[in-house]
Amino acid sequence: MAEAVIEVRGLRKRYGDLDAVRGIDLRIERGEVFALLGPNGAGKTTTVEILEGHRSRSAGEVNVLGFDPGRNEVALKERMGIVLQHTGLEPYLTVSETVDMFRGFYPRPLPLDEVLEVVGLEEQRDQRVRRLSGGQQRRLDVAVGLAGDPELLFLDEPTTGFDPTARRGAWAMIRSLRELGKTVLLTTHYLDEAQALADRVAIMVRGEIVAEDTPAGLVAADADAVIRFRAPQGAALPDGLGLREADEGLIEARTIDPTRDLNTLTSWALGEGIELEDLTVSRLSLEDVFLRLTDEGDGEVVS
Amino acid sequence: MKAARLVLLQIKYQERAFRRNPAAAFFTIAFPLIFLVILNVIFGGNDLNLGDRVISGATFYIPAIAALTIVNSCYTSIAMSWVFDRDGGVLKRVRGSPLPPWAFLFGRIAHAMILMLALLVLVVLFGWLFYDVDVPGQTMPAVLVTLAVGAFAFCAMGFAIAAMVPNADAAPAVVNASILPLLFISDVFIPPDAGTPAWVEHVSSVFPVRHLSEALQTGFNPFETGAGFEPVHLGVIAAWGVVGLLVTLRFSSWEPRV
Repeated sequence: MAEAVIEVRGLRKRYGDLDAVRGIDLRIERGEVFALLGPNGAGKTTTVEILEGHRSRSAGEVNVLGFDPGRNEVALKERMGIVLQHTGLEPYLTVSETVDMFRGFYPRPLPLDEVLEVVGLEEQRDQRVRRLSGGQQRRLDVAVGLAGDPELLFLDEPTTGFDPTARRGAWAMIRSLRELGKTVLLTTHYLDEAQALADRVAIMVRGEIVAEDTPAGLVAADADAVIRFRAPQGAALPDGLGLREADEGLIEARTIDPTRDLNTLTSWALGEGIELEDLTVSRLSLEDVFLRLTDEGDGEVVS
Repeated sequence: MKAARLVLLQIKYQERAFRRNPAAAFFTIAFPLIFLVILNVIFGGNDLNLGDRVISGATFYIPAIAALTIVNSCYTSIAMSWVFDRDGGVLKRVRGSPLPPWAFLFGRIAHAMILMLALLVLVVLFGWLFYDVDVPGQTMPAVLVTLAVGAFAFCAMGFAIAAMVPNADAAPAVVNASILPLLFISDVFIPPDAGTPAWVEHVSSVFPVRHLSEALQTGFNPFETGAGFEPVHLGVIAAWGVVGLLVTLRFSSWEPRV
């Protein structure tokens, strides 16, 4: 088994009466890109901030690079990088000055040119921070997180607010971090982002981890495919397929045997003389799995 | 040595950022001089009776504006920048880096001190050149001690008030409302024989601004024959500094409060 960079056992955090984190276990290995997913208020940020040393924990064991982050040790901070959601950088300094200032805090910083190359800010190196676009500022945040050549990088929602092109650019950047051998703990709202980037994904709901696997594994652990279609109002739908109403007036069914179930469905439709509009059969996306795990009660079973 | 290097690094980049914002830099520097000129134009022509001595209005205003400069550079600017850094996530970012918090803090304070000393030299030079105000000689040690005690106390109170300010939007209002009235009732803007009621002076004697301005008045008084030390005033200022420090240590935070 590879070396664990982050190891968490029975982590709990209480705020007054609220259990924000209810005893989670995590193991993240060297060189992994690990995504922590979950709806707002699931406890992701609390968990990550405990790992970063920004917050204390109520119970449990936490080990980050062999340290307890709760003890606020410089030796740990020298080996990890944190990319927060908010910039908090001096607007009147240039890009290279900003990176250089942070490089100065670390014993073995990454060379300036290498940092700028990884985040793709070589052309903006002499530009003032305030003149950067939103996407460029976010890249600078990552650059600052990388300045000390960390073994472990925390990325908190790195592409929130990006346009699609900027997101693809950021994804390429995160992939290049993996090539540098960095371990990355990514939190994100975007499931396609986790699917595209992460080696493993944990889904957190109400303070607990409800699923943890590779993106492909999470999808495969669920039914293999989903059938979606529209039917006329009031049509008596066939039994036994687990049909339920989904968004936008669609009816859907998850199936492990799409060939047989599709045959049942189309035979029924032909017999009734009903046209199944917008009929599709698709593999589950991580989003489908996520929605099922985080929102069990939604979507009424109609037959 | 590593510590000194980290603090110098902070000062270097702070100073660079300060210079890059010329509008802010210009008015920070011009601010005390603007007050000096305006107040001298309005009140400077009258001689003032300070106890049994008569001094010119201009001689009164140099130490008064020096007090304003200390208050402004330490209390106001530290409180504002601390709240803005806190809400902008700068402090949180520092906490996540290996830069020790005290090194960051020390860098901020040192930058404020350098700016304050430059402004004080400018004010005294301005008074000497244009208003015939003597530069303190034998009272210089007393002036420097007052400066040091005042800088400590008003920095500490700046951090303390920052801890009381809920967010960056409220910072200018809270900070100004807490200090401007004191500047008016503490013989900084308005000279002591302008008819200020006695009870107002009693009220302001509780607060540190009056003690700072009076200690500096003694230091700049051309008729002062002693060393010019004012232990009572210095004691009150220092006591406020200690209160500020305790409040800071108890309530200050590094996290945005939004």
